[in-house]
Amino acid sequence: MIYFDYNATTVIHPEVLNEMIPFLSNQQGNPASNHKFGRRAQTAIEEAREKVACSVNAHPSQVIFTASGTESNNTIINGIAQNYPETHFAYSAIEHPCISEPIKSLSKKGFVTTKIPVDSQGMLDLDKIENDSKNPISFLSVMMANNETGIIQDLPKIIEWAKLKKIITHTDAVQALGKITVDFEMLEVDAMTISSHKIYGPQGVAALILNKKIDMSAFIMGGGQEKGLRSGTENIAAIIGFGKACERTKEHMVLLNRNIKPLQVQLISELKKMGALIFGENSERLNNTVFFTFKGIDGSTLLTALDRKGFALASGSACSSNNSEPSHVLIAMGVSEEIAQGAIRISLGINSNKNEVDTFLIALKSELERLKQLTAIAA
Amino acid sequence: MTTETLNMPIYMDYSSTTPVDPRVAEKMIPFITESYGNPASRSHPFGWAAEKAVENARQEVAKLVNADPREIIWTSGATESNNLAIKGAGNFYSAKGKHIISVATEHKAVIDAVREMERLGFETTFIEPEPDGLISIEKFKAAIRPDTVLASVMLVNNEIGVIQDITAIGNICREQQIIFHVDAAQATGKVKIDLNELPVDLMSFSAHKTYGPKGVGALYVRRKPRIRIEAQMHGGGHERGMRSGTLATHQIVGMGEAFRIARLEMESECSRIKALQERLLKGLTEIDETYVNGDMKKRVPHNLNVSFNYVEGESLVMAIKGIAVSSGSACTSASLEPSYVLRALGRSDELAHSSIRFSIGRFTQESDIDFAIKLLKDKIDRLRDLSPLWEMFQEGVDLEKVEWAEH
Repeated sequence: MIYFDYNATTVIHPEVLNEMIPFLSNQQGNPASNHKFGRRAQTAIEEAREKVACSVNAHPSQVIFTASGTESNNTIINGIAQNYPETHFAYSAIEHPCISEPIKSLSKKGFVTTKIPVDSQGMLDLDKIENDSKNPISFLSVMMANNETGIIQDLPKIIEWAKLKKIITHTDAVQALGKITVDFEMLEVDAMTISSHKIYGPQGVAALILNKKIDMSAFIMGGGQEKGLRSGTENIAAIIGFGKACERTKEHMVLLNRNIKPLQVQLISELKKMGALIFGENSERLNNTVFFTFKGIDGSTLLTALDRKGFALASGSACSSNNSEPSHVLIAMGVSEEIAQGAIRISLGINSNKNEVDTFLIALKSELERLKQLTAIAA
Repeated sequence: MTTETLNMPIYMDYSSTTPVDPRVAEKMIPFITESYGNPASRSHPFGWAAEKAVENARQEVAKLVNADPREIIWTSGATESNNLAIKGAGNFYSAKGKHIISVATEHKAVIDAVREMERLGFETTFIEPEPDGLISIEKFKAAIRPDTVLASVMLVNNEIGVIQDITAIGNICREQQIIFHVDAAQATGKVKIDLNELPVDLMSFSAHKTYGPKGVGALYVRRKPRIRIEAQMHGGGHERGMRSGTLATHQIVGMGEAFRIARLEMESECSRIKALQERLLKGLTEIDETYVNGDMKKRVPHNLNVSFNYVEGESLVMAIKGIAVSSGSACTSASLEPSYVLRALGRSDELAHSSIRFSIGRFTQESDIDFAIKLLKDKIDRLRDLSPLWEMFQEGVDLEKVEWAEH
């Protein structure tokens, strides 16, 4: 089986696992306990926090550990909503559902919300924002890199625009970390979400990086961990793993640039020769992601056929792979439902190699021919 | 355990967190290194393998508490489960009424979630327990109002280990059509839970209190009669829309295995631990002026909470570094405030301060108990030798009547 679904989740790096094992197999304390076991757990967590902070150029005190990227995004949105009931929430049309759904839920509770459109190349269109002067936008969430298309937004420009309007800004950098430079301080963004299992760390841990000027209420309450902003006993082993994974991101970026970028170039050029349409082709994209479709070929049939041949691919984002709705990201880019239905995503990882890509292209070619013949017979 | 733990104190803090059972860790590793798919990926076997493992684990959790696997929702821990249950049910049924009943000795995760509901316009009643830590059914009945919509009572208390009469309280809730939530984080593997019989609508579970990993828990949501909750975490629509977020497969697998072991070994383990508890109790009560906190009959064998009179709490904790124990709940022991649970039982500040929670478990040995008894006896003797209060008590001075000079 060849794994081409690294944007859904990555395999844990052996070095990350090595650091985690002692925290799974030896007696560990509850970090809140005031004895040697507890204090040792607390120290380990603080070391991991420093590594996480360092990977995004933030201060350790700005890092709040959560259980998932979804939770980080829900936390910032709910935390702002609770403290500022007048907030006007804006988000881009291509956000992950864990941004759009909590905002939609607030909209039902009476909050004003705005979905900002993107252009055909998947880029946020600042000119298209209808900002009502009576009730201007006061919170904006725009993802750094899109999980489906890999398109990278021009965040410095967006945040500069938002700062002038005194808008609180948040970016979901879950797909960006470990693939492009993520610099919390330089971006001057107020809050940022990152996740462990997309960067060769374990599932079950993520972080919200928060500018301390932002006054946010807690989302999960209780024992007062994470400075009261996120209660619940810390998931030590996973946090340790997350720290190590963050430490490795710089090396992974080098690997992606050196080894994976050429594979992406090869894939795009070969896919186009076979007649594929590449989504967001003219935009700056992540080195590892290719999102494409073949007109007139049913995407799910092709996906199933390729799966039988041993290729793990995705159609749109993993979270929505189980429903047959066309990708909301492609619809936002003006792609027709029919074309969006057939979209297939390849996302490569640091362990991907040319042999895998070559094998895939051969398999794809033969499947395409078979399906074209079938379509012709059916017609 | 491994050599690394040789220089560490003897662990008697199982109610804070348990070690991961080696059998659990072994089951988890392959889901980190090999079957690492996202359970939500429907288009390839990596995703299917992860999904299958998640569903197997769901069955194991359901089996331990005799529930339907479809009634189990994964969360990141009991804190999240408690937040989801209270805020989720409170908000969903708010049209029926806006009054919530809970207990003063609940875990902070319940208390803070209930307090949050106050901010949203709910009124709340926190029942004070009796001096033995148990709540009076009459007091519970009296707290019910026509607009009571939700009650939350923990099954086993984290500090004093007492077991509340969930059946009686649940039956009252059923009669009055009140949604009943139970925090069972400290109960799994210690007391039998049969949700087919128990009149409970929502129940919170944690893995790391039952020899599973940290960072995973579950919420039981009854299907018949169907209980609805408003999702708190929105996103990809995982867990039938009740809790979005990528599922942490290896952790869920760990929780499933931990709960499977708990189901198979609970009976023999509890009788072994009961004997250790009795041994510890016998040894410690040989020390003068020692008070057990909480009822001894309706109590899990894993817990013994004792106050040592005429000993200053902080010095006691410092003196017994050879064992890892808690003074008050782990989550609040960083502060020097006396335990709110012991205060709620009517203990004085002094007795609350000088209380030690011994919580023992699967890997506790008889020799550990004997070590702890000897350590406590020696250190308390020494501390009391230095204590003027102890001297006065020995001389028969009634300390309550002493008029202390102001400085």
